[in-house]
Amino acid sequence: MEKQKCECGHLNPYGTHLCESCGKPLEEKDKNATMVDMRYDGVARRSQTYNKKIVDRIWNFFSSVKIGISIIILILVTSSIGTIFPQEMYIPSNVSAAQHYENEYGIAGQVYYTLGFHNLYGSWWYMALIASLGISLIIASLDRVVPLYRVLKHQRVSRNEGFLSRQRMFGVSHSEDPEQTMTDAKQFFARKKYNVREENGSLLAEKNRFTRWGPYINHIGLIVFLTGCMLRFFPGMYVDDLVWVREGETEVIPGTDGEYFIENDEFFVDLYDENDEVFGPAMQRASGQTVETYQTNAILYQREEGGTVGAEPDLNEVKSKEIEVNHPLRFNNFSLYQSDYKVNEFNKMSLSMTDRETDESIGTIEIDLFDPQAEYDLGDGYRVVIDSYFPNFEFDDEGEPSTVSDIPDNPAFIFQMFSPEHDEDGEYSFVGIQRNEDIFNENDYQMSFEGVETKDVTGLTVRKDLTLPFLIVGGSIFMIGLVQGSYWSHRRVWIRRFDNEVWIAGHTNKHWESLKKEFRALSKETKLDVPEDKQQLKEEEDEQSNGRDDGNGRN
Amino acid sequence: MNNQMEGMTAMAEISANLLLIAFFLYLIATICFAVSVTGRKWRDKQGDVIGNRWGTVGYVFSILGFCFSVGYFITRWIAAGHVPVSNMFEYTTFLGTTLCLAFIILYGIYRTNVLGMFTMPIVLLVIAFASVFPTELEPLIPALQSNWLKIHVTTTALGQGILSIGFAAGLIYLIRTLDFTKRNKKVFWLEFIMYSLVSLVSFIIIRYAFELLQYQATFEYVNEAGESAEMTYNMPALLGPNEGTLLTNGMMEPLISMPAWLRSDDANTVIWSLGAGLIFYFLLRLVLRKPLGGAIQPLLRGISPDTVDEVSYRAIAIGFPVFTLGGLIFAMIWAQIAWTRFWGWDPKEVWALITFLFYAAYLHLRLSRGWHGERSAWLCVIGFVIIMFNLVFVNLVIAGLHSYA
Ligand code: HEM
Repeated sequence: MEKQKCECGHLNPYGTHLCESCGKPLEEKDKNATMVDMRYDGVARRSQTYNKKIVDRIWNFFSSVKIGISIIILILVTSSIGTIFPQEMYIPSNVSAAQHYENEYGIAGQVYYTLGFHNLYGSWWYMALIASLGISLIIASLDRVVPLYRVLKHQRVSRNEGFLSRQRMFGVSHSEDPEQTMTDAKQFFARKKYNVREENGSLLAEKNRFTRWGPYINHIGLIVFLTGCMLRFFPGMYVDDLVWVREGETEVIPGTDGEYFIENDEFFVDLYDENDEVFGPAMQRASGQTVETYQTNAILYQREEGGTVGAEPDLNEVKSKEIEVNHPLRFNNFSLYQSDYKVNEFNKMSLSMTDRETDESIGTIEIDLFDPQAEYDLGDGYRVVIDSYFPNFEFDDEGEPSTVSDIPDNPAFIFQMFSPEHDEDGEYSFVGIQRNEDIFNENDYQMSFEGVETKDVTGLTVRKDLTLPFLIVGGSIFMIGLVQGSYWSHRRVWIRRFDNEVWIAGHTNKHWESLKKEFRALSKETKLDVPEDKQQLKEEEDEQSNGRDDGNGRN
Repeated sequence: MNNQMEGMTAMAEISANLLLIAFFLYLIATICFAVSVTGRKWRDKQGDVIGNRWGTVGYVFSILGFCFSVGYFITRWIAAGHVPVSNMFEYTTFLGTTLCLAFIILYGIYRTNVLGMFTMPIVLLVIAFASVFPTELEPLIPALQSNWLKIHVTTTALGQGILSIGFAAGLIYLIRTLDFTKRNKKVFWLEFIMYSLVSLVSFIIIRYAFELLQYQATFEYVNEAGESAEMTYNMPALLGPNEGTLLTNGMMEPLISMPAWLRSDDANTVIWSLGAGLIFYFLLRLVLRKPLGGAIQPLLRGISPDTVDEVSYRAIAIGFPVFTLGGLIFAMIWAQIAWTRFWGWDPKEVWALITFLFYAAYLHLRLSRGWHGERSAWLCVIGFVIIMFNLVFVNLVIAGLHSYA
């Protein structure tokens, strides 16, 4: 489309409402209005100009603030739905989700589960909402920032009469000495840290233009942030794992391709003293113990370069650290967090073989519950063979002994005891916690429980998150833009002299009361009248025509 | 404020006294602002208030009160060895303090006395509400022992305080401009807000009344896990616990018994407050013969709705970045360090996000025509409801990681 030429000579893009240079209204509608629409200084915005092609339609859709707000509200409402019942990740993992929601919350829970609200924030439609927020942010910003930048750069000091008289704040003053008035005004604005420009009898005082870029900068920050969040789904960007390490043991750290190992030198839990002078009363009221510290004294190792894979690795100590909640161990993009623990896990168990008749002990064996030997020789023809080992014993559905897991929470054994009397087949004995049965009930010997050695186990979360730099950068840009756009306002005052008349008009992008205060101060120093606020006049008229007179009017 | 002083260290005692003094200073400030707004004789023909020093005096008392609040905060910090924002009492008191600070800032810009007349009582209410919770110093569990947490909580409270001024100004706008001679939805909802405020006052009064009477009724009941437990009521039990039996002699038997999943003592308190609020509200209406808003309206004649509208917008424009920084950004940094992930969709986090989104929507609506003035004022009210919901309901009822209670 062809450009529009204004009478001041400036060529404006098609769709411009107010000349980019002198501000003259270019459209009939604006010419007839008492106030012009100063949003984006009446520039030609793509979304307001074209709507023929499908691309235009999409562009216009996403650049609309109404749509933007609708998307924000949709995200707001759906997010709140997700807090009605706990999300799937917070429910116990030993029952199926479907079951859990039905059992705990009845019909409502069932509906919640069926509609997929139990995993709302990971659902495709929630993601789609976030994505459209991102698209809307980009398009709406581009639609406005480019023309706005151009118009603010090209604006002339001297503005068209039609522009000035159609500003929201506009006034005409008579002055005996307009020259002096202009000089006073100039000094006033300079003192108030305005950027003052003069051009044959016209004045433009402008302040804080940079604040106009705030929203766009904060939108860019948001886009970077959202991009960072999406990167999480690319492989290699994100590791979330848990490693259990027993005291004195060393484990490979998952996610590091077998390169790093962590040793748990010691784990302990400290409690607050219940008779503490300061905290005692609160703890006695809550009648519970409060944990002060969870701590793992950990040592990090790295595998020796060039060691053969599969063979027992040679490890080099990298560093040691006391890992506590809020104080993770960091290395090489990874962090190890104190996140779980188990105290007094069974580690070794001692049992003695005794003669049932005389109660005489033949010998004692110590079984490493994580690595039991097949056979323990007690000498003199006595030995104990482990026939079966159940680290976490239970009877299965058929009533057979079996184990729930490899963790020795409830260890049980079937021993085969060999003695000079029974050196062929031995005697069988079943031993567990508080359980000691000889299977055929006619044994000469038995295994009796002597003691157990326990160890503490620490649970460390292994985390790598390469998206964090994006989030940090995005978040910082966002905050900078937010502050930039929120804590200042862009004010412009135009003054133009026509013989003995001084025309004055003002515009701000927000906080008009503060602009008015400025005008009042200006009026005190110069002979200029305070311009009228047309919008306020209009609202006051409206209020009065409602038939309500609350005595605030100027009657 | 509570009589739980025994067993406190000397420093904790000083701290409690400073807060008490702050409370009374706020009370004086409230009175000054009320006089400055309602005193007719200082008004000129235009309805502008001139030659009226009461507002300035009120402002000075607000600042003094704020200083004493800060004194409370510092001494309690020394007494506890950690920043006192880690339980409901401490957090809510701090919120009252930040509300006062936000007021001091906005009064500095706009010098509207009426803002003081509305904000100072809210500060009073918030602090009185805070001292309903146990005031003892509590030890910190490991996850809370982090500087980032303190930075996060204090900044969030400051943000919420400033945003709440938006509510106060919005409320003023509504009372100033609504037509109370009609019976319509707007008037209904405004009166509903007034009723809620009256209920909050009743709650505080009842709590203190029964505390003075030293009312205590202990029940044995069956809790959610099906085990037998004990629960102590500080008010007569209208709603009793699940399968509860009264252990204390001579106290009131409950009217009905609640299911196990509900905290019946909290529900009982809510019923008391709402009920008493209803009675007080209707007594007031009987005396005033008008909706409460309608009764206040004449006092606000001299106020320009545009200025109040701008104050509320300004408060939100100032508060939004602060809230975002504290409630989302610092929160994420802390969560990353303490919980291994910066975001976990915990209810408290989600409600902080909702608050953020809500005010973002508000700011964008302000860009459109027709969303200034009255509609904007209603939005400020809704925003405040969201903040309060987050503070009270999410903390006490669907408490997640941040559970303070
Ligand atoms: C949660 C997401 C968003 C946040 C936090 C956000 C934040 C902001 C803020 C703080 C402002 C400045 C408002 C003021 O100065 O009063 C702003 C302005 C704006 N936003 Fe957003 N925004 C978001 C999403 C969107 C979306 C989806 C759109 C799409 C339509 C959009 C379009 C705009 C526009 C057009 C402006 C005005 C720019 C100007 O003053 O020149 N925003 N935004």
